[in-house]
Parts: sequence; structure tokens; C-alpha cells
Amino acid sequence: MIRLEHVTKVYGKGKNTTPALSDLDLSIEKGEIFGVIGHSGAGKSTLIRCINLLERPTSGHIWIDGVDLTKLGKGALQARRRKIGMIFQHFNLLSSATVYDNIAFPLRLAKTPEKNIRTRVDELLKLVGLEAHAQKYPAQLSGGQKQRVGIARALSSDPDVLLCDEATSALDPQTTDSILKLLLDINQRFNLTIVLITHEMNVIQSICDRVAVIHQGGIVEQGPVAEVFLKPQHPITRDFITRESSHSELLDAVLAGPHSESSLAVKISFLGDKTYESIMSRTVRETGVDFAILQGTISTLKSVPYGQLIVRFDGAPDAIQQTLDKLTAKGLNVEVMES
Amino acid sequence: MSNFGELDFSQIDWNEFGTATIETLQMIGASGLFTLLIGLPLGIMLFMTSRSTSPVLKGVYSVISVIVNILRSVPFIILIVALLPLTDLLVGTTIGVLGTIPPLVIAAAPFFARLVETALREVDRGVIEAAYAMGASTGQVIGRVLLREAMPGLLAGLTVTVVALVSNTAMAGMIGAGGLGTLAINYGYYRYDMGVMLVAVVLMVIIVQALQMLGDRLVIHFSRR
Repeated sequence: MIRLEHVTKVYGKGKNTTPALSDLDLSIEKGEIFGVIGHSGAGKSTLIRCINLLERPTSGHIWIDGVDLTKLGKGALQARRRKIGMIFQHFNLLSSATVYDNIAFPLRLAKTPEKNIRTRVDELLKLVGLEAHAQKYPAQLSGGQKQRVGIARALSSDPDVLLCDEATSALDPQTTDSILKLLLDINQRFNLTIVLITHEMNVIQSICDRVAVIHQGGIVEQGPVAEVFLKPQHPITRDFITRESSHSELLDAVLAGPHSESSLAVKISFLGDKTYESIMSRTVRETGVDFAILQGTISTLKSVPYGQLIVRFDGAPDAIQQTLDKLTAKGLNVEVMES
Repeated sequence: MSNFGELDFSQIDWNEFGTATIETLQMIGASGLFTLLIGLPLGIMLFMTSRSTSPVLKGVYSVISVIVNILRSVPFIILIVALLPLTDLLVGTTIGVLGTIPPLVIAAAPFFARLVETALREVDRGVIEAAYAMGASTGQVIGRVLLREAMPGLLAGLTVTVVALVSNTAMAGMIGAGGLGTLAINYGYYRYDMGVMLVAVVLMVIIVQALQMLGDRLVIHFSRR
């Protein structure tokens, strides 16, 4: 659906150049929610702006549905952009226009008859739950409501792609959840492809199908969220994930503390229905080792349950090894922690 | 003849004041209109070219910017004299209401253009970006986003400009422009008729007050923040 090919973006000219993206390739499937996570300055903002050519890449190609956007003329690009919705961190609504007129804005740009606009805007107001606020101005709305207007506006011209530029970063946690729920709902209802950039792992975790981690203008890791989340390869990815489970210092203290040769700290991850099975207790009963839970998370990735436990096994070394083998055989991901 | 400090309103010809007031309002109206028609596009051009990355447009910006600055730095009274041939060419006379309008506009339009540029800079860049992302053309961005969002600032700038025009019409009175300025200068300044001068000044103050109040009302009406 969307393919970025050798995309490079360099700001400035001559000596004062700042590379933002370097030879970046990315491929996004139709109907998926694709997340790009990165620290500020990693290039994620440039990346999402390259998709609709708000930023023209210095070199490389942007393919959407087999059309290379970088080859389009002005008019054709404007027409294509009408089918790519975009929402923003600071909403970017017209402050001088009512909620209704903001949502109608893209339709008026496309010279849609006013009668059709009314039907469409009413539909969208209902979708985002703002029927009662149609005649208000953005300044009279809360952040969450403003983002709902932003979403309605982005959807008004029936796009096939929605770009979300840090769409929840300016919102509080509850509002973030409700906006993410709305995005997920839209994605499922209209089979809309969503590309979002964020610096928050929980956004990726709640709604994304696949994720790419961007660092210094390049993708350092990508894949299905569960895979990246449970088996992070790159240090940056690990950093994002441990930041999310905020008690890592506590754990470090335990791991660094006194431990005997007959104990071993292990990280065990499981995904899907296994989350609810009593694999751990059955296994230790068979092998006769004891265990203490040092840290644990049971949560969901999008709607898939997953768990991650850090436990310390106590027992004979070969019994512990046997335990690890059995757990692996049952489909759990087992990783020995270094202390 | 009365002296400075001694007022005598009995000699005042009120018909003359009526005519002068109408002349002043005509000058303000006509020059205000042309200032808007020239200054607004000029200000938009300044704003659009100042943000451009293309070297050609950057050049255009520098050229307009320098011209605007020159016109703004020349004292108005000198500008009137310097523009006499051009004024004659444009309107066929250099005196009276008609002969005053070209110098008034040429002095006020660059001033207004700068105020337009400043007002447009106040528009949230994110909103402009959002409009481009929605497939807006440059014309649509100007018409439907920039001018609309900057409306309060533009109206405030227009008010300031028109008020400045009032004082410039008075200065144009020095060279026989007509209107309240001529009256104040001919009677009050040259003939020491304090009564006439005072009435002329009071009338101009009233005009400025009325314009400022109207401007403020409009600004409030269009403010949505």
C-alpha cells in the first residue's frame, strides 16, 4: 500500500546540512495500523511528513497504491493528498471556524456541493461524538474534543490512509485511551490504513499491528508488535520497553544483590492464550525447582494478551536447565538475565 | 483678528467646516480603499516569499522589502513633493482631494503591507501545514486559511493605517490638499486663528476616535481565540 524507497532527507545546504532521514525503506500494508516509535529528533516527524510530501525527500520515492508521489505534478499531488487524512499533535484546527466548518473544510476545498457536505459532516459529528458541539469554536473545546474534530476533518474526504503525527502526545492518559479507541474503531470499520508516529510505547502497544523503531534517521528494528515488544533486539527498542515498565531500577537492585550458584534470574514471556494457562506451576512441580517472582506484567498488545515475568529459580543447576527447556518446549520465550 | 490664547468662535464659517470635513472623509475613504487594494496583496507577497526556499522568490522578497522600506522611511511631506509628476500623470492634478490620493496611498500601502505581513506571521504554521496536507492549493491556503485566521490582526492593522492616513491628510493640507488639514494650517497656523484651528483639530480627533472604535469593534467581532 505505502512504500518508502531509499528515502533520504537532508535539511540545509552546503556546509550546514542536517541529515534527518538516511536511505530509509519502509513498507506498510493496506488496513494495518503501523506505528513508528522514536525519540525526539530521531526523524519520525520528517518521516511521516514525507509520506504526503509535506516534506519533499532529498532523494528516494514514496509509493502509494503503485503511484510514485514524488513524480506527481502540483495538481495531481493536491488531489492525492485529499485522500490522505492527517491529524496532528496540536490539532491544527482553524481557530476562526466552527467545529462544523472545520470538518467541512476539506470538502469545501474539493468544491463539494453544500448539501452533500451537510450530510457528511453530520455523519462524522456522530462518529466522533460531537453532535452537540457543531457550532462551537475550537477555543471552547477540550484537547480530546479538538482531536476528535481533527479526526473527523481528516476523515471527511473519505481517505484511504490516515497519518497521525503524535496525535495523543498533548493529551492526558484517559483522553489518550479514548482517542486510541476511536482510531482503532475507525481502522476496523473502514479498513483504513493508519500510520502513526509516537514516542510513547503504550500507544504502539494498544493499537498497532506492526511497529518500526527509528533512530538517527534510520529504522533499526521493525516487525509485528508482539515480536518486537517481547524480543527487542536493538538497545533503543529495549530502552523504550523498559521505560514503559518503570520499575527497572528495583529489578536491577535485586539482580545485583547477593545470589547463590544455585539460583538463576530468567525473563519469561508468553503471548496469546498461553497467558491464562498454568504452565509455570506445572513445570516447576515436575522439575522440583522453586521460584520467586521478581517482576511481572500481564497485559494486552492490541487485543492479544501477553505476560512477562522475571523470576528467580532456586534449585540444582541441571534441574533449573531442565525447567528452562520445558518452558521453551511449551512455547514460552525464555531468556536468562545477566546480573 | 484674535491672538493666540484668545478664542473667538463667532467668526467661524461652519459651511466651510462642513465642506472640509467631507473632503477629509473623501480623502480617507479613497486613499484607505486603495491602500487596502495595494497593501494587502503586497503584504501577502511579502509573507509568502519570505518563507520560501526558492532563490527566485527570496530575491523577489528582498526587492519588495527594500522598496517598502524606502517608501516608509521618506518623510511624507517630501514624498508628496517628490511624487508631484507621478501624481499629475495618474490623476491629472496635484492639488485638491484628487491630487492628494496618490501620495497618501503610496505612503500608506507599504506601511499597511508590513502590518499585513506581521499579522499573517501570527497565523499558526501548523494550521497552514494542515491545509496543505488536506490538498489545498496555495490560493486556497491564502484565501481560506491565512486571511481568515489573521482577520483580527489585519483589521487592527487597517485601523492603525487609516488613523495614520488622517494625520497624513492634514499634512497634505500644507500643499493645498483641502480638507480639515488645510483649514487648520491656513487659518490656525498662518493666520493665528486659534478658534478655527481648534475646531479643525477637534473634528479630526473625533474622526480618529470613530475610526478606532469601529476598528476595535470589528477586531473583537472576528476574534475567536
